[in-house]
Amino acid sequence: MIEVQQITKRYGQHTALDRISFSVAKGEVLAFLGPNGAGKTTTMRILTCFMPATEGIARVAGFDCADQPMEVKRRIGYLPETPPVYQELTVTEYLQFVGRLRGLSGKVLTASIQREIERLGLGTVQRRLIGNLSRGYRQRVGLAQALLHDPPILILDEPTVGLDPKQIIEIRELIKNLAGTHSVILSTHILPEATAVCQRVVIISGGRIVAEDTPEQLSARLRQSEKISLILKAPAADTHSRLKAVSGVQNVFTSGDSGTFLLECELGRDVREEVARVAVTSGWGLLELKAISMTLEDVFLQLTRHEEGLGPDTATASVESTGQPV
Amino acid sequence: MTPVQAIIAKELRSYFVSPVVYVVGAVFLLIVGLLAYLYLVFAGAQAIQLMQVQGSAQLNLNDLVFRNLFASMRFILLIILPILTMRLFAEERKLRTFEFLLTSPIGINEIVAGKFMSVFLVFLSLLGLTGLMPLMLALFSDFDWYPVLTGYLGLVLLGALFLSVGVLASALTENQIVAAFVSIGLLLVLWLLSGLGALLGDTVLGQAVSYLSFMEHYDHLVRGLVDTKDLVYFLSSLALMLFLSHRVVDSARWK
Repeated sequence: MIEVQQITKRYGQHTALDRISFSVAKGEVLAFLGPNGAGKTTTMRILTCFMPATEGIARVAGFDCADQPMEVKRRIGYLPETPPVYQELTVTEYLQFVGRLRGLSGKVLTASIQREIERLGLGTVQRRLIGNLSRGYRQRVGLAQALLHDPPILILDEPTVGLDPKQIIEIRELIKNLAGTHSVILSTHILPEATAVCQRVVIISGGRIVAEDTPEQLSARLRQSEKISLILKAPAADTHSRLKAVSGVQNVFTSGDSGTFLLECELGRDVREEVARVAVTSGWGLLELKAISMTLEDVFLQLTRHEEGLGPDTATASVESTGQPV
Repeated sequence: MTPVQAIIAKELRSYFVSPVVYVVGAVFLLIVGLLAYLYLVFAGAQAIQLMQVQGSAQLNLNDLVFRNLFASMRFILLIILPILTMRLFAEERKLRTFEFLLTSPIGINEIVAGKFMSVFLVFLSLLGLTGLMPLMLALFSDFDWYPVLTGYLGLVLLGALFLSVGVLASALTENQIVAAFVSIGLLLVLWLLSGLGALLGDTVLGQAVSYLSFMEHYDHLVRGLVDTKDLVYFLSSLALMLFLSHRVVDSARWK
């Protein structure tokens, strides 16, 4: 449904996007992850035909964003970073205006408005001025706007910002339900969100795609070994060597003398059962045993940190200034 | 409802929800009313003088009241119309709804047309209210309606030109105050071009510069002279301003 080939966007001297390529299949939900100023919003603005790319081709539903913007715009529901609401209109009036701009009218318009008001829980505020609504409600009105004409493609720039935890879960459920029938691109800072709702994650940093995969595979790819954390109540003197003797364990680290051990094991082998048996039979007093898996947070930091000058490889990495508000 | 109609309806709603139209409208009507009263009293005083000298007086309301009033209204419109137009695009950019408008499946020409039409309708309704004044005068006196009507035609055309300059200025910035001042400045320059034209005298350049100003075109209409040349001036400059607004809105996305 969405096809991006070698898109470059320059603002004067500053390169916001550097030869980005990716695609989204029908019914797929794709998350855009990246630090501030990485180029997420710029990519979305190009896809929604708000601004043209300097180079490259962007195609949405088979239409070129540069040549047939009207066809593209008709098929996209877009929620920008700031919900695009008019404060002096009521929720219903606003949705009526939006619907008319998109060519809805009569019964279809009324039914669409009713559907979105119910779907996003706006029933109690539908007659109130948007200017008097809280941030969370405005965000939901913004989402209602994007969904109103039931577009096959949704582009959501940080859809859960400003919502309370309960609403966040509701919106994630909503996006999950849209998957399958709609293609969705969403950008987010919140990594568990990407894991929760998306089939695929694109990590973008400094205008380049640094990784693209499913959330699980991304963390697996960057994991060199399985790690297990172990806390014992009464470790003995030979605990270290006996743990190392367990088959599959490659390395054992102790942190201080508090009885906390970190075991590094061969990739793809689960040694927890064996470790537990050894600990119990030796009477070390097993308090805790758990596998440490790399979260998307770790992956994200590992992939993007050199851009921010935090990692050890700062000297070799090209640190670009990302002062452009993107 | 077409997209243009939807934009007009939405803009009208925004105008009448905010206090701006009421305040601007009240000030406009108050000043026009006061001026009309002053010119009438002045005309009355002149009539009394003439009566004393000649024993009888034929008051010419067209010359003494309407021409003066139409001349003064140029200046009131120059101050007031930029206040009405300043929010049209500047506010959209400030509140980030600009991106929403431009990613909606409507053309930029429809956006510009809708916004212009909405403020033009507000202006027409305000101007319509001043029509009470000649109607009331007609009850108590006798004057020639023809130059009054062409004067109103002149006001409508002049207002449309001012509004289109205001739309252009509003598209240039996200600050409403800046938009208002830019349009007042542009209009004053257009105004003063007639002075520059007079200075250059009856040369080709002088005539060309004078032609660029709205002053002589408007004066013709106020004097009851409907000339195609003047109509062409107003309509083509209106089209040019709206076209420039279109280009400015379009180019705003490139930044």
